Amino acid sequence: MMQKTFDFFIPYNRFMNEQGKLEQALPEWSRDQERLIEAYETMVLIRNFDQKVVALQRTGKMGTYPSILGQEAIGVAVGQTMRKDDVLIPYYRDLPAQYLRGVRLVETLLYWGGDERGSQYQHCPEDFPNCVPISTQMCHAAGVATAFKIRGEKRAAVVTCGDGATSKGDFLESLNVAGVWQLPMVIVVNNNQWAISTPRKVQSAGQTIAQKAIGAGIEGIQVDGNDYFAISDAVQHALEKAHAGKGATLIEAISYRLGDHTTADDATRYRSKEDLKAGWEKEPIQRLRHYLLSQNLWSESQEKELQNKSTKIIETAVSDYLNTPPEPPESMFDHLFADMPAPLIEQRIDVKSLAGPGGTQQGSH
Amino acid sequence: MNIAAKSDTADASVVSHKITMVEAVNLALARAMQEDENVVVLGEDVGVNGGVFRATVNLREEFGLKRVMDTPLAETLIAGMAIGMAAQGIRPVAEIQFMGFIYATMEQIVSHASRMRNRTRGRLSCPMVLRAPFGGGIHAPEHHSESTETLFAHIPGLRVVIPSSPRRAYGLLLAAIRNDDPVVFLEPKRIYRASSQDVTDDGQALPLDTCFTLREGTDITLVSWGAMIQETLQAADQLLEQDISAEVIDVASISPLDMATIRTSVAKTGRCCIVHEAARTHGVGAEIAAELSESSLFDLKAPVSRVTGYDTVMPYYRNEMHYMPTVERICEAATILMEEGL
Repeated sequence: MMQKTFDFFIPYNRFMNEQGKLEQALPEWSRDQERLIEAYETMVLIRNFDQKVVALQRTGKMGTYPSILGQEAIGVAVGQTMRKDDVLIPYYRDLPAQYLRGVRLVETLLYWGGDERGSQYQHCPEDFPNCVPISTQMCHAAGVATAFKIRGEKRAAVVTCGDGATSKGDFLESLNVAGVWQLPMVIVVNNNQWAISTPRKVQSAGQTIAQKAIGAGIEGIQVDGNDYFAISDAVQHALEKAHAGKGATLIEAISYRLGDHTTADDATRYRSKEDLKAGWEKEPIQRLRHYLLSQNLWSESQEKELQNKSTKIIETAVSDYLNTPPEPPESMFDHLFADMPAPLIEQRIDVKSLAGPGGTQQGSH
Repeated sequence: MNIAAKSDTADASVVSHKITMVEAVNLALARAMQEDENVVVLGEDVGVNGGVFRATVNLREEFGLKRVMDTPLAETLIAGMAIGMAAQGIRPVAEIQFMGFIYATMEQIVSHASRMRNRTRGRLSCPMVLRAPFGGGIHAPEHHSESTETLFAHIPGLRVVIPSSPRRAYGLLLAAIRNDDPVVFLEPKRIYRASSQDVTDDGQALPLDTCFTLREGTDITLVSWGAMIQETLQAADQLLEQDISAEVIDVASISPLDMATIRTSVAKTGRCCIVHEAARTHGVGAEIAAELSESSLFDLKAPVSRVTGYDTVMPYYRNEMHYMPTVERICEAATILMEEGL
């Protein structure tokens, strides 16, 4: 008769339901009221900013942009919980985490607006830039975590991706090494149910994404990614573990992509109105707001003030972006190598002379 | 041979070894790791086993587990991890066991390693080396004998370097490791142990982005790299018997390409034959020929010619010697250029 060799269990956690009502007692850290207010304010700012970037694209002032609508809680939790000396290795839908890490809104606008200086982050010099090729950043995070381990530093590499990325080899290879080398790594999957038009159930027959951790011998946790408390608590737990040298954690944060994949996508082609409506009922900002109001930690006047403040911050960033002249054309050569090889010096002269005076003004927004 | 242990001795900086190319690779790795604690080695079987070709032998004993890492069997991961480490200031030297398995790293190398510096405007960089044995001629199984350097040579932001002797393996690998940008370092395994050469372990790197003129001549320029340098030099010997004086250039840095040295030579000889093991079409030889046609047309007394592998899948080993350029083919091409020229 066959015997059982091992039992596997995937925990699921949430503290707060869709209406902002608690389902269990909140963790100790949630008594930090400033942290809760900062989380709420950041989520609102990022939502307004995100919608502004989409509007800029629609009016021809921005390149293709992937909205983060409805997934703000995950990035806020990641950004708030990480230590400054940890390193974030993001994918391309991590705006709130990047903002809290110190990436300036104008840098985000420059990046999606077609300017490499948008990844020159002034305030978080070790964080990786947005990663567009799916899942490739997972391996970089394993490398960053290995660097920490080689140097004996108690720092963590935090890497994010979407649900589609979990189908790729890079994801599984990185989980595998994180397990076998016990790397200080936190992997946060924003399971927003869609990889462009491919729904979660077509992506994998696995009952959860978190269970992919089991094959790698690391901890896998599933949480309600629209519950700020649940996702924050999971990231905090994973970071404490990583800092203590106790290995990697995979967190599957369940959310819903309320927007299109990017501004070049039209989700109405493949997604029903009912599906989207159900997504809106679970979104993260309303429920945190309800909770804060119920605890008298927030008021309508504060809300009004926040909206005004956000508008000003966004207007300043947009104005800085629109007023930033493009780099001169020859800049395409200037950061390719530490020492520019001779053939490139010749080509650079060509580009510069072809652009001529005023050439730097071409190719603007 | 216990190279890593030998270099431990007090006068390591001036010891000269008569060693093979694979031993020279090992010597350069040990030297670089002694000089800079940020240099680490990772790959499949590089630790306890010392690499399937023994290129990393004894490094684990000398430098420890943290700096000589046996990875899981995952090439994409090896390249991607090296990128992550490099962005953190580590200088990883990653080994891909055979070039036939390097294709899984292409996305990491093309989309990240080669452009990390550019896409962050210099904020992050990628000082990594991706080493792989390549090329035919050792009766290896399927997928172990191809020469596909041109795939990487087309990628901006990447250096592609191929040594052709123990001394150049030592000097070029040191240069690659010390370089602040990613280098694909391809080692022609046919000559890993073909001959020995005195190599002084003096820590002297050779220049990258530079061709080496191995032999001076006046009638024809033979341009080659890697293992084919052997056949090219033998061809130059035979041509001399026919009173044809051949200049032999070892390209060494496939990318960026040092056309200045090749142009200067062709200006002198007026004839050029390019020899490479890789398939002919879209090979590195095509680029050299195109450059010469743009810049040196009036120096040329005959068309530029190529002696290369064929545009076929590399045959299994029973027929591999029919694929690879031979001394006879090189001599024949050179003789035709001498006869047909102006």
